[in-house]
Amino acid sequence: MTTAADTANPHDTETRTFRLARRFAKLKAEARGGLVTFITAGDPDHETSRAILKGLPAAGADVIELGMPFTDPMADGPAIQASSLRALANGARMTRTLELVRDFRAMDADTPLVLMGYYNPIYSYGVDRFLADAKAAGVDGLIVVDLPPEEDEELCLPALAAGVNFIRLTTPTTDDRRLPAVLANTSGFVYYVSITGITGAGSASATAVTAAVERLKRHTDLPIAVGFGITTPEGAADVARVADAAVVGSAIVRQVEAHLDADGRPTPGLVPAVLDFVRALAQGVRAARG
Amino acid sequence: MSQSTLNTYRSGPDERGHFGIHGGRFVAETLMPLILEVEKAYREAKDDPAFKAELAYYLNHYVGRPSPLYFAERLTAELGGAKIYFKRDELNHTGAHKINNCMGQILLAKRMGKRRIIAETGAGQHGVATATVAALFGLPCTIYMGEVDIARQQPNVFRMKLLGAEVKPALSGSRTLKDAMNEALRDWVTNVDDTFYIIGTVAGPHPYPMMVRDFQSIIGEEVREQMMQAEGRLPDMLVACIGGGSNAMGLFHPFLDEPSVSMVAVEAGGYGIETGQHAASLTGGRPGVLHGNRTYLLQDDDGQIIEGHSISAGLDYPGIGPEHSWLFDVKRVDYVSATDFEALDAFKLCARTEGILPALEPAHALAEVAKRAPTLSRDTLLVMNLCGRGDKDIFTVAKHLGVEL
Repeated sequence: MTTAADTANPHDTETRTFRLARRFAKLKAEARGGLVTFITAGDPDHETSRAILKGLPAAGADVIELGMPFTDPMADGPAIQASSLRALANGARMTRTLELVRDFRAMDADTPLVLMGYYNPIYSYGVDRFLADAKAAGVDGLIVVDLPPEEDEELCLPALAAGVNFIRLTTPTTDDRRLPAVLANTSGFVYYVSITGITGAGSASATAVTAAVERLKRHTDLPIAVGFGITTPEGAADVARVADAAVVGSAIVRQVEAHLDADGRPTPGLVPAVLDFVRALAQGVRAARG
Repeated sequence: MSQSTLNTYRSGPDERGHFGIHGGRFVAETLMPLILEVEKAYREAKDDPAFKAELAYYLNHYVGRPSPLYFAERLTAELGGAKIYFKRDELNHTGAHKINNCMGQILLAKRMGKRRIIAETGAGQHGVATATVAALFGLPCTIYMGEVDIARQQPNVFRMKLLGAEVKPALSGSRTLKDAMNEALRDWVTNVDDTFYIIGTVAGPHPYPMMVRDFQSIIGEEVREQMMQAEGRLPDMLVACIGGGSNAMGLFHPFLDEPSVSMVAVEAGGYGIETGQHAASLTGGRPGVLHGNRTYLLQDDDGQIIEGHSISAGLDYPGIGPEHSWLFDVKRVDYVSATDFEALDAFKLCARTEGILPALEPAHALAEVAKRAPTLSRDTLLVMNLCGRGDKDIFTVAKHLGVEL
C-alpha cells in the first residue's frame, strides 16, 4: 500500500479504511484542528445537496458528515429535523444517499466521508447489503445515534469486520466507568457530544470542553471531534484549539433553510451561502492555534 | 426461540431486554446511563416489600382497585354464545388502566430522587394519568402531545392543565403520538439529571416494556382470582385492544403459561388493512427500530415511519410493544384487527345492552367479541378488558354519527 497507489485508486479497500486516520494525521502534521461539517443528504433536494457536497472540501471541510434522512430523528433539534423532512419530501432514500457518496468519491479521493443517522433505515435496507454498498460507494465511517455499545452486534461489529469505521458518540453522562466500554469498538475518531441535549441547542463552555477532551485523551489515542451547539467561526475556533476537530451541523443546515423561497425551493444563492459559511468556519478553525 | 423449545412464555426479557429478536436498548449514548439506572432502581424496588406495600396502598385507596370483574349478562344474551365478562378497568380513577402504570412509575421516580416528570400522550389518557399522579406527589410535570392530537382531544388537554401539568405541543413530523414521544425523548436527553420519563405503554428501551407490563399485570392477576371466585376455574379466552399494548399485556401476562387460555388482541384496523389507513403494526407492518426498541412498525420500503390511522387516538401509534411482537412471532396470542366502523358499532352495542359507554379503544376489543362470542359454546368463559371509559370520545362518536353537539 503506497500513497501513490491510494491516490490512483480511490476504490481500493485499504485506502478507505484509513482515509479518516490519514486525514487526522495530516491535521496533526499541520498542527491545527479540523473542521467536520454536517449536511443532510438530499436537503433541500438531491441536486442542490450534491452541489453543496462537491463544494465542501474546497470550502475547507476536513471531514464530511452526510446525514441519512429519517422521519423520526430523536436526538436532533428542529433544524436537522426539518432538513430530514425536506429531503424526504423531495424523494430522498438510502439508494439516493449512496449515489451522492459515489458521485462525491468520483471527484474527491481524499476527504473522509461519514454517514450519520439512525438505525432503522439501515436495518430496513439490510445490514450486510448496506455495508457492502456503503463501502463500494466510498463511505469511510458510520455514526448511528441510536446504537449504543449495548447493541454492538447489530451494526458496529459487522461494520468493523467490513472495514468501515464506527464512530461512537460520548457524552457528559458517559462516566469513567462506562467510557472504556463505549470506546472499545470505536474507530476513526471519537465524537464528543459537548452538552446533554439535542443538536443545535445550547453550547458548552470552553472550560468544560477542555476538561472533557483531556479526560477522553486519558482513555484513547483516537482523535477527538467535539460537536453540538457550535454555530460561529469563533465557536469552532474555540473548540479546535483544544480538540482534534470541531463539528458543525445545525448552523450549516440553517443556512440551507434560510435560502429557500416561499415554496421551499432552493434560491440561486443557496449553495454559495452555505459554502461561504463553511469557508468562514474553516478560517476560524485554521486561525485558532495561530 | 422457537415455540417448541419453550417451557414458559413468562421468562422474558433476557438481561439485555430482548423478547426474541424484539426489544433491546436503541437509545442515544446520553440516555444510556439513565436507562441502566432506571433498570437497576426498578429491579431493587420490585423486590422491596416496602415499595410493594406503598404501591398496593395507592392502588387500593386512590385508584380504586381491585376493579370489578362483571358478568355482562344482557350482552351475552344478545350475542348468544360465550359467557362474557368485562374487566372494569374503566372504573379506575382517571377512567382507564393507564394509572396502574403511572402509579408504579412515579413511586419509582420518587424513590430515585427525581424531581421532575415528563410523559408523552396520544389521546390524552396517559397524560391525564401522569398529570394526576404528579399532582398527587407534588412533582412538576410536562406532557408532550402532538399538535394534531391537542386539537382533537381538547377536554383531556384541559384536564391535564387543571391538574397542574404543562402541555407542550409536538410540532414536528406528523404532530401526533410518535412525535410526542420524540419530543419527550429530546426533553429527557436535555434534562438527564433531575427528570423521570413515565412511558405510557409497554414500549421504549428496556426496562420500560418489562416494567410497564409488570405494573399492568395486576389486571390479569385480579381476573385470575375473581374468575376462580365467580366460576371456580380459569377463563377460556381473553380479549383486549392493542395500540402500544399495555392493557392487553397486563391482562395476558399472568395467563401466558396456561395452555387452556386462548388470547386475542385487537389492533386498530382504521379504514381497513387493505386501504393502508390503519394502525395495525403486526398485521400490516414489519420489524424495525424506533423509540428505543425493535418491534413491528408501520414503515415504507425505505425504513421511514408511516403514521397510523385510527378513529381512536389512543391506538394510532405506528409501533407496538416488543413483547407483543414476540408473542406474535411465536403465535401464543392471536392478533386480529377491527375497523373504525366495527368499533363504532360495538360502542353503540355496549351502550345499549350494558349501559356502559366504552372508550373507542376497548370498543375495538368488543367488536372482536361480537364476532367470536356467537361461535363459541355457552360454557366458554370470555373476559374482555374494558380498559377505558368513553366519556372522552363522545365528540368523536357524535361526529361519526353525524350528530352535532
